[in-house]
Amino acid sequence: MSSENKQILTTDGTPLEVSLKKAEKKNKIKAFLLVAPLLLFIIITYVFPIGEMLMRSVDDKMVTEMLPKTYKSMEKWDGKELPPEEVFEAFYIDFQKLIEEEREGKLSTQLNYTKNGFKSIIKKLRRKSKSFEEGNYKEQIMAVHRRWADVEYWRAIKRRAPAYTYQKYLKGMDMYENEKGEIVNVSEDRRVHRILWLRTLEIAFFVTVFCFLMAYPIAHLLATLPMKYSNLLMICVLLPFWTSLLVRTASWMILLQQQGIVNDFFVTIGLVTDDNRVEMMYNKTGSYVAMTQILLPFMVLPLYSVMKTISPSLMRAGKSLGGTPFVAFWKVYFPLTIPGIGAGCLLVFILAIGYYITPALVGGASGTLISNQIAFHMKSTLDWSFASAMGLMLLSGVLVIYWLYNKLVGIDNIKLG
Amino acid sequence: MALPKYTEPHYRIWHYIYLTICAAVFFFLIAPLFVIFPLSFNAEEFLVFSDGMKRLDPDAFSLRWYQDMIYGTKNPWGLAAKNSFIIAIFATIGSVLLGTVAALGLSSRHMPYKGLVMAVLISPMIVPLIISGVAIFFFMAKVGLAATHTGIVLAHIILGTPFVVITVTATLSGFDHSVTRAAASLGSNPVNTFMKITLPLILPGVISGGLFAFVTSFDEVVVVLFLAGLENTTIPVQMWTGLREQLSPTILAVATCLIILSTLILVTAELLRRRSERLRGINR
Repeated sequence: MSSENKQILTTDGTPLEVSLKKAEKKNKIKAFLLVAPLLLFIIITYVFPIGEMLMRSVDDKMVTEMLPKTYKSMEKWDGKELPPEEVFEAFYIDFQKLIEEEREGKLSTQLNYTKNGFKSIIKKLRRKSKSFEEGNYKEQIMAVHRRWADVEYWRAIKRRAPAYTYQKYLKGMDMYENEKGEIVNVSEDRRVHRILWLRTLEIAFFVTVFCFLMAYPIAHLLATLPMKYSNLLMICVLLPFWTSLLVRTASWMILLQQQGIVNDFFVTIGLVTDDNRVEMMYNKTGSYVAMTQILLPFMVLPLYSVMKTISPSLMRAGKSLGGTPFVAFWKVYFPLTIPGIGAGCLLVFILAIGYYITPALVGGASGTLISNQIAFHMKSTLDWSFASAMGLMLLSGVLVIYWLYNKLVGIDNIKLG
Repeated sequence: MALPKYTEPHYRIWHYIYLTICAAVFFFLIAPLFVIFPLSFNAEEFLVFSDGMKRLDPDAFSLRWYQDMIYGTKNPWGLAAKNSFIIAIFATIGSVLLGTVAALGLSSRHMPYKGLVMAVLISPMIVPLIISGVAIFFFMAKVGLAATHTGIVLAHIILGTPFVVITVTATLSGFDHSVTRAAASLGSNPVNTFMKITLPLILPGVISGGLFAFVTSFDEVVVVLFLAGLENTTIPVQMWTGLREQLSPTILAVATCLIILSTLILVTAELLRRRSERLRGINR
């Protein structure tokens, strides 16, 4: 426009641009201040603790702190032959201190994780070390048990020197680091976790597929029926949605048990004989059936909200242009529902992959998922760092799907009811 | 959905197959809930329909499990119900306050990093509960709130706010901001504008978000299992223990009460949703 670029001024004389920027900034701060309380709350009580899980899962300071002198003296040791006298002496001093603090039991548990056989020789060392004489600790310790004279065990101690470790993650995938530092699979009969991961994926995948196959027709029906009928039918979707998860699981336990109604029905129609009732609970079938019914509303609702926006005249146009109803459905209607399918499938998959309560109650041994294993380690074995590691492995999977969901659907487009 | 008269026979058949499938799916969805009702009135201790019940013999039905639920000796349900309601009510209040205020900020077009902030705020809803449970347990144990009501309430606020944030931002997306500007130009201060203009308009969204938060807290078991001591037991925790040990008809009596409660919540939520849609001018 004009070459001298005349500035527009506000009434108090500042340039409009500056004043506008100021106002924008003020609005930004205002909006942010409104969000700040919740954001801070979530970050402190939720995001940081998840970060702490990460720390816990790689944390291996316990042994490092229990044997400080030993690890210092081990720095020069190359690990090829038995360590020199000074290492034995340092180990003796550290060990005496642990006995005073009554922590040698913890040490033996920890070292036993790395190599089997530490428990008994540490116990023995504890007993014998009371009568140790000063000097020449190497001879005296080696005399306690022949394993103390085995270089493998000293290497095992050295392997625990770093304060951080990724061993728990390897364990979660049924792998470990052997003496030579190679990452290898555990023996075939001890691979429990890989089976669980695969089973979790398998069950989540099929539950998603079943939910999709069942939800699509009813969402379509709900979206095309006149309001007064569809509202009534919507209750069939919403009532289970609002009902307690445990109530719904309880009802499946009643239905699926051996003397339950489903089995009664099978006997009545002659599908099975009375003494040959089908086992549908405490196995995978139980998990599949109950999880599909429980997660079905989460598939129906997003599908319904998308289908509701598709104008019926589109199908009519498709038909009037010569398509059969099937062609019209496949070429016109189905592609329009894909956003809803994506939203529903991702939502159900995310929920299914982390399911805990229902599989624990109706899944039995063959129908439990990775969440159940995490809970088991949190409560029974108290191996919290392993539970954290597995939790984070699961979380990273979920976050990838969450990110995908956000890309495809947008988080702000989640619809509830 | 009557078919037009000119429909060809094989499409007609397809249509009926489709309706049958739909009926089967609806049955699959709703029928399991109705098993619980009759069995909770069972006079016997078994969780199967007795012959007397099949004949509708009045002697086969009784209220003994409801009596057991309320008056039973060593009965955990009274304490559990009290705890559940206290925790859920406080968690709802907390979620609604924090969530609504945050939603107001989030739906302002000046909000910086909106996507990222939203993702963080919604994350407790997406992250598997078992992981939330572990993380929240670590936090509460560190600050000394494990096995306290406060700890559980805070945990449920974390889990409940995403629902409030989602419903209130959805309501605000159809909100006409010129009314708040009009109020401001007429001399109202922001707090007054919010209380007199904004809040009444977004109230349906706030309440339905609150209902979600309430149900989430009332039904939540995974996190409570990590946090609760004997004193803080809730209805879901008791049901979980009961279902693991042995299915007793008393649990079905409790379940029946919960179904009635969820029906009431459903009706309220539906009425609110319709009202809010009417207000937003969505005609269906």
